Formats: sequence, structure tokens, C-alpha cells
Amino acid sequence: MLYAILCYHSEDVVCSWPKEKDEQIMRQLTEVNEKLAKAGRLGPVARLLPTTAATTLRENAREEKLVIDGPFAETKEQLLGFFVIECVDLDEAVDTAKQLMQANDGATYEIRPIGYFMPGVKIT
Amino acid sequence: MTDLTWINGALTSARPQAVAALLRYFRDLDTAEEAFQNACLRALKSWPQNGPPRDPTAWLIMVARNTAIDEVRRRRKQEALPDEEHISDDGDAESDMADRLDSDHYRDDVLRLLFICCHPDLPASQQIALALRIVSGLSVKQIARAFLVGESAMEQRITRAKARIAKADVPFETPGAVERSERLAAVAAMVYLVFNEGYSASGPTAPDREPLCDEAIRLARLLLRLFQTEPEIMGLTALLLLQHARAPARFDSQGEIILLEDQDRTLWKRAFITEGLALIDKAVRHRRPGPYQVQAAIAALHARAAKPADTDWGGIDRLYATLEQMQPSPVVTLNRAVAVSKVRGPADALAMIEPLAAKLSGYFYFFGLKGGLLLQLGRNQEARVAFNQAIALAHTPAEAAHIRMHIDRLIAETEAKQKGPVASRA
Repeated sequence: MLYAILCYHSEDVVCSWPKEKDEQIMRQLTEVNEKLAKAGRLGPVARLLPTTAATTLRENAREEKLVIDGPFAETKEQLLGFFVIECVDLDEAVDTAKQLMQANDGATYEIRPIGYFMPGVKIT
Repeated sequence: MTDLTWINGALTSARPQAVAALLRYFRDLDTAEEAFQNACLRALKSWPQNGPPRDPTAWLIMVARNTAIDEVRRRRKQEALPDEEHISDDGDAESDMADRLDSDHYRDDVLRLLFICCHPDLPASQQIALALRIVSGLSVKQIARAFLVGESAMEQRITRAKARIAKADVPFETPGAVERSERLAAVAAMVYLVFNEGYSASGPTAPDREPLCDEAIRLARLLLRLFQTEPEIMGLTALLLLQHARAPARFDSQGEIILLEDQDRTLWKRAFITEGLALIDKAVRHRRPGPYQVQAAIAALHARAAKPADTDWGGIDRLYATLEQMQPSPVVTLNRAVAVSKVRGPADALAMIEPLAAKLSGYFYFFGLKGGLLLQLGRNQEARVAFNQAIALAHTPAEAAHIRMHIDRLIAETEAKQKGPVASRA
């Protein structure tokens, strides 16, 4: 079964990390990813830019499509990125998320089973 | 989860919001800062034991307020009655902090805190120092190092700045729309100053000043998160990101500046460029151009060029022309002339900068560019005069060396010409 593991964190905090800390976290996450890749379980991984770079398209009551600056929802913690990982069951998904959490403490992980997945082509 | 780096990160990121809220409450900068410091000390004791609070910022504000009020009560027993005016009754400590932090209140709080730092009575250097101390929470030692002054001198500078704003009347009521946008413009200018303070550095001390650029970007992002729909704040953030993206390629091993044309563009930070381009794209959709957006758009055209020859100089010329209309300045025209020389040739560029001679008579880059253009036109004698003037105005040995290189080339060329027939026979 495929799971999306979504990583949330406060952007205020993440944007305040000194460069060394950011690099250290990315190194730790890469280690976890490499293990998962070796096991043939790792799908696409993405780190998103801050929500300040986000644009939201939504429809108002008059069915007009509005382009709005910023993320879909103003929340304390923002979606930082995601992993797509093959896990036999939820237990394994939780276990995998725990490994990611160890690599990036302070972040929160949402585990969402994937219903439809298309790997897409290799983007150049 | 509660290790020291995590706590430090949480305290640093909570600082602008927390100190801003405390300033509204206590209406006194020193009290607000002191209360925040005390709350941080408590956090360092409490969080490792009890785990981090769900909302660290709300926790810090609450604890800071309560301890400061206790302090006032304790003093009240020893001294005469305190001045009740110093404590605003704007909201009570029991109310749900988390909810209030999400409100517009908080936005105006942070804006006010930043705005206080850029009070017009303060010279730019004091504005920057104050913002770094109060909003960013850098230590006096860190700021002193970035400004290349002693710690005690910087301590004095900050104390003087604080004394000056204590006397100035900063209104605490919620600002109106016009006032809010005026504050935002002043704060944006201050953030840009912080960035330039770091960006304009060169030589062996440049690495010490680079944190100023990072700090400015953090402040710009903070502003942008508060004012997500302001195209000029998008433009400012994009500008800082796009310029700072070049940081790894800007200096040689001696710490001297490498010109844009000569930089190894593979060293540019891709993530910053991507974010900067995304922001400028967003800003442009608003069709409300401003100077930061235009400057960011110029930086974006440089960032999009994989090699110098790919640069869209025509686009840069048009953008500088727009900037000239928005902010007429001889320096802007001088920059435009560089683009013009690439698009329409050195003669047009020279005609463009010659009227600036009086205004830029003390400006190194004016004579550097003039010399370069004359050289391209084959007017070597005049070029040499301009280069000599540039050397006299150079601020750093590297600037002078760069010009001297041109002169050496001139001399070599002249000699080659004189020996021309001989050389061709050999």
C-alpha cells in the first residue's frame, strides 16, 4: 500500500534555522530516504518553498475563480513537504514516519494512504 | 523534541511576535524585552521537563506578562504605587492567547515593533542596530562584529537609540489603512538597509557581515507572512533572495568582489533563485508595480541567464527606464547606461552618463564605467584620465586593482600598436 507522509512545521521556526542546522536536517533526512530507496519503497519526495510563495485558486459564492496570495489555510504549522512511501500497513507507515521524525525533530507528520498514484515522467 | 537547539530555534522565531505583543501591553521597550528574557529563562527550565507547549509563542507571552506583573506587584510593596498608565488593560491575561495571536492585532504589533526601530529621528545605522537587537534578538556582540565596531561602542549606540525612541511618541492604537501602509514602507526600507549593510561589504571582514543578509531575508519573510498580498513586500523579499543567491560566487579566495560577469553561476543558490522568481511572478500579477518589484525583476533577468551572454539586456534597459521614472536618481541612470551599452553600444551609453558628471563627481563607479565606455570607443587617452579618477576614488584596494588592470591593458595595447609593424613581421 502506498502512503503519503506529509511533513508539517512552523515556517517561522524553519526559516530561523541557521544554514548549518538546515543542512544537518537535510543530511539526516537523506540518510532515511536512501535506506527506503534501497528497500525499493521510496517514491517521489518534495520539499516545498515557504507558503509566502504560494498562490491559492478558489471559487467564491458567485462561482468566480479567485487567485489569492498565500496558502490555502492560515495555520500555525505549514506543509513543508511530502514523501511517497510503500508500506505494508499503517504500523509500518507509522514506523517510517518515526524515522523521518528522528531526522527532523520538531516537525509533525501526517500519514495519508494514497488512493490513486501516477509516478509521472522524469522531469528534466 | 526538547533539545537545546529546538528550544533555541523556538525562542528565536517567537521573538518578534512575543516582544511586539509585550510592547503593546507594557508600552515600554525595556520592560517588554526584559519580560521576554525572563520568559525565555523559564522556558529553558520548564520545557525540557514538561515538554514543549503547543504554541511556544503564546506560552512565552503569557509567562512574560505574568512574571512582569508579579514583579510590579512585588515592587509595589516596596516602593510607591507604580504608574498604572504603564500597563494597558487591553485584553486580560486569562483570554485565549492563541486566538488573539492569529488576529490582525498581532500583525499590527509586529509592524509597530519594526516601525519603532525605523523612527525618522534615528540615523540609519541606529535603526539597523536597534532592529537587529530588538526584533532579531542578535546579541550586542554579534551586531558589533557585523558593524566592525567595538562592543561597548555598539552598546552605547543601541542605548542612545532606545533613549531617543522612548522620548518619541509612538501611537499604540491600531493604525488606519494609510498609516499602516506608511509604516510598512518605512519598515521595508529599513529591512533593505539591513541587507545592504551585509551585501555591500567586501574584503576579509565580509563573512562577518553576511549574517546581516540572512537576517534581512528573515525579516522580509516575516513581513511578507504578515502582508501576504502586498506586491512590494513580495518584490522586496524576491530582491533580497535573488541578490543573496549570488553570495557563494561573489568573492574570491582573498574575499574580494567578483563582478557579476565573471561569477561562476553554477555556485548561485538555486533554492533562493526559485523562491525569488516565484515571488516576483506573484507580485507582477497584481499590476501594481513599485521600485522593489522593478529591482527584483532586474535581478530576476540576471538570475535567469545561465551565462552572461544570455542576459536580456533589452529587458534590463526597459526596467531601469521604469525605475528612473519611479525613483529618478543619477545612480539608477548610471546602471541603466550599462544595459544601454550592451543593447545600443558605448556611444549611446556615454551620451547618457555625460550629463551626470557633476552629480557623480565623487563616485567611483561613474569614472569606472566612463573609462570602460571610452575604451570601447577607442578614445584611450580620455579613458586613461577617467580610470585615474576612478582609482583616486576607490574605497578598497580591490576596486583600485580592478581599474589598474584596465589601465595596464591600455598601456599594453598602445605599446603593441607602436610596435605593430615589427610584431607583424616577426
